Amino acid sequence: MAKDHVSGPEDLENLIKEVLEAYPAKAQKKRAKHLSVTTATDEEPDAVTGIASKCDSTKSNIKSVPGVMTIRGCAYAGSKGVVWGPIKDMVHISHGPVGCGQYSWSQRRNLYTGTTGVDSFVTMQFTTDFQEKDIVFGGDKKLEKTIDEINELFPLANGVTIQSECPIGLIGDDIEAVSKKKNKDIGKTIVPVRCEGFRGVSQSLGHHIANDAIRDWVIEAGESEAKKSYEPGPYDVNIIGDYNIGGDAWASRMLLEEMGLNVVGCWSGDATLAEMERAPKARLNLIHCYRSMNYICRYMEEKYSIGWMEYNFFGPTQIAASLRAIAAKFDASIQEKAEAVIAKYQPLVDAVLAKYKPRLEGKSVMLYVGGLRPRHVVTAYDDLGMVIAGTGYEFAHNDDYKRTGHYVKEGTLIYDDVTGYELEKFIEKIRPDLVGSGIKEKYPVQKMGIPFRQMHSWDYSGPYHGYDGFAIFARDMDMAVNNPVWGLFNAPWDTPAVAAE
Amino acid sequence: MPQSADKVLDHSKLFFEPEYKEMLANKKAVFECGHTAETVHQIGDWTKSWEYREKNLAREAVTINPAKACQPVGAVFAAQGYEGTLPFVHGSQGCVAYYRSHLSRHFKEPSAAVSSSMTEDAAVFGGLTNMVEGLANAYALYKPKMIAVSTTCMAEVIGDDLNSFIIQSKEKGSVPEDFPVPFAHTPAFVGSHVDGYDNAQKGFLELFWNGAERQADESLNIIPGFDGYAVANNREIKRMLDLMGVGFTFLGDVSEVYDTPSDGTYRMYAGGTKLEDLKAAVNAKATLSMQEYCSPKTLEYVEKTGQETAVFNYPMGVSATDNFLMKVSALTGKAIPDALKLERGRLVDAIADSQAYLHGKTFAIFGDPDFVLGMAKFIMEMGGEPIHCLATNGGKKWAKQMDEVLKASPFGQKAQVWAGKDLWHMRSFLNTEPTDFLIGSSYGKYLERDTGVPLIRLTFPIFDRHHHHRFPTWGYQGGLTVLVKILDAIFLKADQDAGKVGETDMSFDLTR
Repeated sequence: MAKDHVSGPEDLENLIKEVLEAYPAKAQKKRAKHLSVTTATDEEPDAVTGIASKCDSTKSNIKSVPGVMTIRGCAYAGSKGVVWGPIKDMVHISHGPVGCGQYSWSQRRNLYTGTTGVDSFVTMQFTTDFQEKDIVFGGDKKLEKTIDEINELFPLANGVTIQSECPIGLIGDDIEAVSKKKNKDIGKTIVPVRCEGFRGVSQSLGHHIANDAIRDWVIEAGESEAKKSYEPGPYDVNIIGDYNIGGDAWASRMLLEEMGLNVVGCWSGDATLAEMERAPKARLNLIHCYRSMNYICRYMEEKYSIGWMEYNFFGPTQIAASLRAIAAKFDASIQEKAEAVIAKYQPLVDAVLAKYKPRLEGKSVMLYVGGLRPRHVVTAYDDLGMVIAGTGYEFAHNDDYKRTGHYVKEGTLIYDDVTGYELEKFIEKIRPDLVGSGIKEKYPVQKMGIPFRQMHSWDYSGPYHGYDGFAIFARDMDMAVNNPVWGLFNAPWDTPAVAAE
Repeated sequence: MPQSADKVLDHSKLFFEPEYKEMLANKKAVFECGHTAETVHQIGDWTKSWEYREKNLAREAVTINPAKACQPVGAVFAAQGYEGTLPFVHGSQGCVAYYRSHLSRHFKEPSAAVSSSMTEDAAVFGGLTNMVEGLANAYALYKPKMIAVSTTCMAEVIGDDLNSFIIQSKEKGSVPEDFPVPFAHTPAFVGSHVDGYDNAQKGFLELFWNGAERQADESLNIIPGFDGYAVANNREIKRMLDLMGVGFTFLGDVSEVYDTPSDGTYRMYAGGTKLEDLKAAVNAKATLSMQEYCSPKTLEYVEKTGQETAVFNYPMGVSATDNFLMKVSALTGKAIPDALKLERGRLVDAIADSQAYLHGKTFAIFGDPDFVLGMAKFIMEMGGEPIHCLATNGGKKWAKQMDEVLKASPFGQKAQVWAGKDLWHMRSFLNTEPTDFLIGSSYGKYLERDTGVPLIRLTFPIFDRHHHHRFPTWGYQGGLTVLVKILDAIFLKADQDAGKVGETDMSFDLTR
């Protein structure tokens, strides 16, 4: 194992140079803009974290370099996989060839309640399974028939979305016309989504397109019964951008309800179509995943004058700060209850920290996740005494990097749209005590002898949101970092001094 | 408060605590606007009826819960079986993220592949620039010995010409002129992953064999096919061929790259068929395909070189292994050694010991065409009865072959063959004509939940159980693995059925 640890800003700058040397000139020039080390800034430190660093010098949200093993996905993944897929009482059609729906089937762990196949459809794979003739002659007729068949076989489905795969936009199908026609025919919400995988540079445009489709085909489609019948109250909020991975949205909802708020809709984990429809009646939008759903918040602000605020339910420091910030938008009774909630959970927080912090304090972490967690989970690690050595996003925009400066200190390695090569080299040289990233990164990292947690799917664990989730987060990080298996990597006969003991 | 530091509850327990149950019940009642429990129950029951089955079978447009993937993942898997080979998929990049994830989730191993990352501009102007840059970058960063190009449906729809693109890339210096860049067009809207495997394999042979002067020798080539158990199955085939003293070349062997050790080093490439061996394989006496439906085009090409060919259908169990070994023996003139005969006897012995528990048990089987054929044969050999045989990627030819296999055995008389059907069809079959057991992939767990028919996981992908693929299912040794897995399911069911103290436990037998 390489022992030449890299640390300190100068080392990191040199490491970036060294890694870039492997690229041909053109790619090197492009990739150089995505790698940096955070620097000092004159900005005021963040009120909660006490941190301010300059982190937005990194270029982001631009095309991946071909052939480098980007970890990114596509617009379809952003729409079907992230935004629409969790809405449980609608059928989401993967429109096109079989693969996209197959590979994403049941993989994001959007927990939900319901009877699958009868009134809920999240863990099912519906596809038009395009054949050559559909490419040649177009797929609109097949799509119409698909919607009819779904309506007949799944009468309790409250709507259908059409998640476009690459060919749809290339062969000139008119899925909007089909949607309007079928909406008239069967009287259910039908949503065409133009999330073909070749659009944009990552999942991110898929989020945006999916948000716009909610706006155009759900919210502006007219007053549904569910919306009309809802009497709004003074404490109504929406959770926006929580996909209930491992039950995150439930652990979050628990806290909001305990402080006296009414969660009208959760977008989109464990959500129903009615929850989306009623959302404009709420008083405030609380957004967790800023990257994937800020668009709809801005729209609701503009159209319905609903305010929105970002919050962070990872780790007790941010949870308490968020609960107070949310409560500040309401009256004294809510503020008192928020304080009571914080006080109620303090013994749990103390016990979790007493148990796990001594085992994790000082351990270094490298993160590479999607569009929010590379900054949002940082304080949860900080609560456990762990230190962030590097972080990066698959599909962040400049505003995400700007916000990251409130979470990571100067001298942190930043990598945008990192390539397999870069990430491997960075990890090899920095040798952190823990890496948090995705399934594609898990096994290479573990083979290097470095503990790993999947931070998209919570590695089949969770929830990680809220106080209940923080206990699980702490447990999971401990079981990864302090697992005995890492001590078994070297054969004892290769290190005779140890073997002789 | 349900959570505590002493006993941390995660999703598997937390949400069954009273606080959460109450919260979720309130959410349902006040906010979800769902259907009444009575309606859900009523429709739920209806989905289990014969009437529903008829409607379900009348579907023409929608596919629900298919048991197949698309061509390029098969091409990626095939490429990973060659020494130092980097799969390069030309088209949208999200696809490659999906293939890598899909393969990693099954093997619990790294899966390397790159994309040419085509976006809107490439959709308009074609992906030549992406190919030129992509090959140069992949070559420089990952130092492969070969880059194997396949395509996503995007590149196919816009009609990118791989051959011309690769020639132009070489002219522009992306990779050296003599660097091997085999390619295969792998449209996702034709066939399935088994066809992608076939197309990729044909591409490798064309690149290395075209124009070669064949000097026939006595060796054999083995094409393993797309196999989630390839790690152990390839090793098992090699072990048996070594015992026979047969010279052989695997055309693609992922058994190392999908089973690398944890010792502090990440190996992006490991093992695989050496490129010089691939080249020399044109001289083999014959090429044997372990999976007929993974290799039709490849074998057609092989036959043109003058080699003999033979096909098998995922050979599991006694007779299928016998046939494989006898074919090898006939082709090479090498006798089947006593060591293998001994193994055969042990497998037969094990089946004989357990036959009373296997006899007459009924099975639904789904998976790739070759797997379902091989599995059904082995089931019948053990006295079990296949009832539903389903391959989403099976066609008319497969259905006919399946029918013949089933009709030839007294244990196959009740079987129905379902070509091109999906697992939502299977749900109807199991609800209306249930079987004792279901054999398939992890996707079958939803069927187990919905119909109560226990699932035995024996084919790709297996996401929710670990390391099954590390044990062979081919050969006499593999037959034992399969037998034990089936028996474990049978005995577990017997214990569960007799598991209620004072009620059903009169048959809760200690010895069986």
